[in-house]
Amino acid sequence: MDIFLQQLINGLTLGSIYALVALGYTMVYGILGLINFAHGEVVMIGALSSLTIIRPLADSGLPGPVVVLIGLFFAVLVCMALGFTVERVAYRPLRNAPRLAPLITAIGVSIVLQQLAMLIWGRSYHSVPALLPSGTHEVLGATFTEVQVIIVVVAAVTMMGLVLLVNRTRLGRAMRATAENPAIAGLMGVDANRIISLTFVIGSALAALAGVLVSANYGIAHYNMGFILGLKAFTAAVLGGIGNLAGAMVGGVLLGVIEALGAGYIGDLTGGVLGSHYQDVFAFFVLIGVLIFRPSGLMGEKVSERA
Amino acid sequence: MTENHKSWLGMALIGFVLAIAPIVVGASLGNAWVRVLDFAALYIMLALGLNIVVGFAGLLDLGYIAFYAVGAYLYALLSSPHFGIHWPFWAVLPLGAMVAGMFGVLLGAPTLRLRGDYLAIVTLGFGEIIRIFLNNLNSPINITNGPKGIARIDPITLFGHPLSKSIDFAGITFTGVMLNYYLFVVLALGIVFVGIRLQDSRIGRAWVAIREDEVAAKACGINTRNIKLLAFAMGATFGGVSGGLFASFQEFVSPESFGLLESIMVLCMVVLGGMGHIPGVILGGLLLTILPEAFRQGAGPIQQAMFGEVLLDPEALRMLLFGMALIAVMLYRPAGLWPESRHRREMAK
Amino acid sequence: MTVLLEARSISKYFGGVQALKDVSLTINEGEIYGLIGPNGAGKTTFFNVLTGLYQRDGGDIAFADKPLRLSSPHEVANVGIARTFQNIRLFANMTARENVMVGRHLRTRAGVFGAVFRDRRTRAEEAALRRRADELLHYVGIEHRADDIARHLSYGDQRRLEIARALATDPKLLALDEPAAGMNATETEALKTLIEGLRADGLTVLLIEHDVRLVMGLCDRVAVLDYGEKIAEDVPAHVQSNPKVIEAYLGGTA
Repeated sequence: MDIFLQQLINGLTLGSIYALVALGYTMVYGILGLINFAHGEVVMIGALSSLTIIRPLADSGLPGPVVVLIGLFFAVLVCMALGFTVERVAYRPLRNAPRLAPLITAIGVSIVLQQLAMLIWGRSYHSVPALLPSGTHEVLGATFTEVQVIIVVVAAVTMMGLVLLVNRTRLGRAMRATAENPAIAGLMGVDANRIISLTFVIGSALAALAGVLVSANYGIAHYNMGFILGLKAFTAAVLGGIGNLAGAMVGGVLLGVIEALGAGYIGDLTGGVLGSHYQDVFAFFVLIGVLIFRPSGLMGEKVSERA
Repeated sequence: MTENHKSWLGMALIGFVLAIAPIVVGASLGNAWVRVLDFAALYIMLALGLNIVVGFAGLLDLGYIAFYAVGAYLYALLSSPHFGIHWPFWAVLPLGAMVAGMFGVLLGAPTLRLRGDYLAIVTLGFGEIIRIFLNNLNSPINITNGPKGIARIDPITLFGHPLSKSIDFAGITFTGVMLNYYLFVVLALGIVFVGIRLQDSRIGRAWVAIREDEVAAKACGINTRNIKLLAFAMGATFGGVSGGLFASFQEFVSPESFGLLESIMVLCMVVLGGMGHIPGVILGGLLLTILPEAFRQGAGPIQQAMFGEVLLDPEALRMLLFGMALIAVMLYRPAGLWPESRHRREMAK
Repeated sequence: MTVLLEARSISKYFGGVQALKDVSLTINEGEIYGLIGPNGAGKTTFFNVLTGLYQRDGGDIAFADKPLRLSSPHEVANVGIARTFQNIRLFANMTARENVMVGRHLRTRAGVFGAVFRDRRTRAEEAALRRRADELLHYVGIEHRADDIARHLSYGDQRRLEIARALATDPKLLALDEPAAGMNATETEALKTLIEGLRADGLTVLLIEHDVRLVMGLCDRVAVLDYGEKIAEDVPAHVQSNPKVIEAYLGGTA
């Protein structure tokens, strides 16, 4: 029982981060039908750029959470600019090209961002100063940290904010209209290019937040951290039904929990043949399973095959 | 001179250049560069295999390196002290090709209904799964020796002579790297031949038909499932052969050699060279093996000369330029550097 | 008269919408059978169900006295139903000849071994295949474009090429989805001659068409679909005067 609860807590924490990143994939896919392969790297840039600010301020005497907030603010700005630029340079010119083309530029962007990060921040793992409240609590034999609580709460509040933005504001309506049919939205006076830019910018801001949270969770950041995280978040988006905001959130949390429980129990289930280092495999099996058996995801509408 | 004479002359010229290349390169640039040529030949084989899947049949495979891994590990397991098995290469290489081909069908089958970009992600997932298993299958039974990899793999032995040892012939010392080069080139030419023959055949036309319009291909009576699986299997087979050669050449394999970046590298050879166009793919393979190597060796000294110190990590710089080249080619030459004349128009429309 | 195709109570749903409601029709061997109806009446849906592109949700099809089970397009092509598409679907970057050769995929056998080694059988098959492709191009009247990329053909020639490609599968029934769409009067007239020639050569033709004049002048019998239901099936003259049909076409809302 305590393993179960413990892994559930860990899974929930990780899952809420996946959900934040998954939103970025899903929003872009919803509007452009493009898998923004480089989105995971934006998370990484968010984590490392926040660290650039947090590190020197850590000993300044400012309260820890304030320092983190300043770091977050900086990371969000950097990532928004990055998201905007990437869309402009690498995706917009290819909007009407065959699907393969933007996918390949996305891979290119991903490589470029990773190498830039390596040139700027080096190859080493950076430890993240523990500035957030780090007390631990115990419930029913499982422990959770205050950082974990903060992560889940911040992620939940942010996602609610996003849902309100999309469902209740003029901007959100324009986004939904563009996703539905860019041409008609254009006729109605929506500037599709502006909406697409904004989508990238918002998704990147969420990625920055996710980057700060994930590095706080693990206490570590690295130029190579984005890729696998991005892949898992993409899996989460597909699991929930790509293009669907609620789906991305549910998918993210679900994937986090599946992964944590899987890693916790795989040893017992296989009689010790497979160990917890297979954790990363679960996400891929989930991804493959969903795409094959229910490509529309848990909450997605059935997408008819392009005939 | 007739057309026929011309093409014979051309082939003789290519043969001559291929034959003396390692001798010239070895004498002028050193053995390390002959090694680069060896890898160029290996990568060209891989790229030609992937070209069947991506270029001909239009199936975007981001996990192709898995088949290279299967071929390499099979060779390593059956031809090294790891299990104490030392099968000869003429048994292991074809077996590796076959097993890789089977993996191709196995991994291809569940993905057939997926659309292009989803297919890419799923194949990527398969590739990573295989790598993770290679990394972890050292317990409870040690099969792959985990991250440490398998060492002391037998080199290929031809006519009683292991290709890792040099040989003196006609006053020239042929190093092991050069001997491997000749073997690789012969096999690569074989793969080129098979590729060309396949392209201009009933099967090749069916592949292209699927790439052009899958629905119309079905309506024409093509069993798209089987024909796609055949593409996966053929591509994987080529990958398996190259993997076996790689293992015998390096005499060492470890999961590190089979990461996603390798898959992307091979894909880029195909895409940058010119999808579906065999000469273009060969060019892509050559460029993407030789240029990064030249860059890796040159970037440090050049920075040293210009700024008096190495400011930027040459390795990172190399990958950075690679990423930017990918973006630039897609933006400005979406059909690749040397596209098939008809494909160019399609991508440019 | 022998029945070639018999469709009984075919129905098809998309989500909650019923696109085909119990559509039954019978096509006799050697006739030109027209399927008409206003936009969105379900004509193309019926085509797609018939040719295996969509799976039907109810009903049976019998073709040449054999039941046609829920099947995939290539199996449908194999039993002898070939089709063209409303919005021409050629292999745009292959030559006209290659397009027709692909159409003959079913009737040829060469595999990987034959492709690589080019044994005698494969060479013979390939040569025969080329000859047949050129014959078919000649038959539809575009043999002079054999080596041109399909995309570069004129609109009318693309339609002809698509027909040649369909003929390459050796069909008993040729299903044409709005072949005259976008054609001018001369091209339409030439198409009419071509279709009549096909019938004269023993083929059965199922024709979806918007151009009522073409249908009336060409078809032996015509069925009319409206909102997924068959509202009439008769010789052209009777269909034309059928009040239900007139209402459907004039946009009656009853």
